[in-house]
Amino acid sequence: MTDLANIQFNAEGFMTDPNQWTKEIAEVLAKQEGVETLTEAHWKIIEFCRATGLADGKSPTLRQITVGTGISTKDLFALFPKGPAKKVAKIAGLGKPEGCV
Amino acid sequence: MKTFLILGAGTAGTMMAREMAHALDLNQWKVIVVDKEEQHYYQPGFLFIPFGYYKRDDVVKPIRSFIAKGVEYVVSNIEALEPAENKVTLANGRVIQYDYLVIATGTDIHPEETEGLKDGGWGENIFDFYTYNGAAALAPAISRFQGGRFLVNVVENPIKCPVAPLEFIFLADAYFTRKGIRDKVEITYATPLPGAFTKPVAAAALGKILDEKHIHVEAEYNTGWVDPSRNTLVSYDERELPYDLMVSIPLNKGAAFLGAAGIADELNYVKVDKHTLQSTEYPNIWALGDAANIPASKAGAVIHFQMGTAVKNILAHMAGKPMPDAFDGHALCYIETGFDKATLIDFDYTHEPFPGKYPMPGVGPFDLLGQTTLNHWGKLAFRYIYFLMMRGIEVPLPNKFSMAGKRA
Repeated sequence: MTDLANIQFNAEGFMTDPNQWTKEIAEVLAKQEGVETLTEAHWKIIEFCRATGLADGKSPTLRQITVGTGISTKDLFALFPKGPAKKVAKIAGLGKPEGCV
Repeated sequence: MKTFLILGAGTAGTMMAREMAHALDLNQWKVIVVDKEEQHYYQPGFLFIPFGYYKRDDVVKPIRSFIAKGVEYVVSNIEALEPAENKVTLANGRVIQYDYLVIATGTDIHPEETEGLKDGGWGENIFDFYTYNGAAALAPAISRFQGGRFLVNVVENPIKCPVAPLEFIFLADAYFTRKGIRDKVEITYATPLPGAFTKPVAAAALGKILDEKHIHVEAEYNTGWVDPSRNTLVSYDERELPYDLMVSIPLNKGAAFLGAAGIADELNYVKVDKHTLQSTEYPNIWALGDAANIPASKAGAVIHFQMGTAVKNILAHMAGKPMPDAFDGHALCYIETGFDKATLIDFDYTHEPFPGKYPMPGVGPFDLLGQTTLNHWGKLAFRYIYFLMMRGIEVPLPNKFSMAGKRA
């Protein structure tokens, strides 16, 4: 079991330093979010979010994920039930996705 | 001759055309503005049309009457932008080579992107109020409505004027109350946001008003599809919301030619530096208003506050000087709360809306986050102020956000 004791989280459970993230941490966080096993499809999305999130300095929106990965919104909800953008951001060690303004 | 080309003659394009007609030497520069429409719409007024408070003449005026002297106004759709060639091709066949380009083509609703929305019940028991035609078609449907499930839904953010759905609901609540049928109407607001608004302090204040008015909020609701055979809206996590009358705010997107030109994000909003408003891809392109991908509200007041920054930066860039000004994301919105009252929020990129007073010479101060009749009159007066501004008469609102009068 990966130890989360040294990892910093904010009040809403998002990691505050994306550099502390590892694949092992992702697996633990996924279980906390109700995603028992991370399949290849899950990883494709997580890796896309890591890449764009680190490049842009913010978590991608649902639409950026669907356009960027080619995975439909419906399938995203099946992989990460109830709010995939927020769930993936959490599992990928990124901040909360910005809403609109 | 050099060409300063503006795409879009809405709020931002009209103001920019006037600014450039004044600032540039028209012996050396040609200022051209292109729009597909011949009518200028006062879009904040669409909100009042479904309830019969405004009529067509209150919100629709000929574009030509707002175009400054010395500016060429072309009516045409835009076929293509080739930024590497500094070239725009219009649907009427004309090709325009530009030296500087300002993109102000705004944002539009796309109901066809949600399954069952456009192709089932649209114009019968599903309506929008983000277009003049949509708002006008909704008016008789609301007046006929005798009770039942009244559903207001935001499909996806960002949307133009993020407070408009709330204002619409508050006005509907007041309308049904005055008609004596409020107890027969179940009002639900389905939004992808976790609450009433994006910014926490305002979300709490607006959430409280929704509660007091017995409006049910279905939060974090990601619209999946509409099942018109059962008059039911379904979310991706399969929450079902049946409706008798649905008012939807469909997906908002920028103009398709911008996506094709490779200068925009996945929603066709032009990628710009959020402070200078210059394109991140091409240094002779700027984007203003709803067409830009900045994290600020898509609203008329934001355009007013942006204009000074954009004009100064463009002129400095032309002169080969560093860009002197930075836009702060300033937004100022009157929010109708029904029963002839309104509230007011004032915020920017870094400050969320705070309660307090908004000082305004002559008429203010206006109450921030409080519901007052004076705010309502401010909102109504704004239509006159808007049309004056479109004709080039300046109003004394400071561009930069200020904490004066606010309680943080």
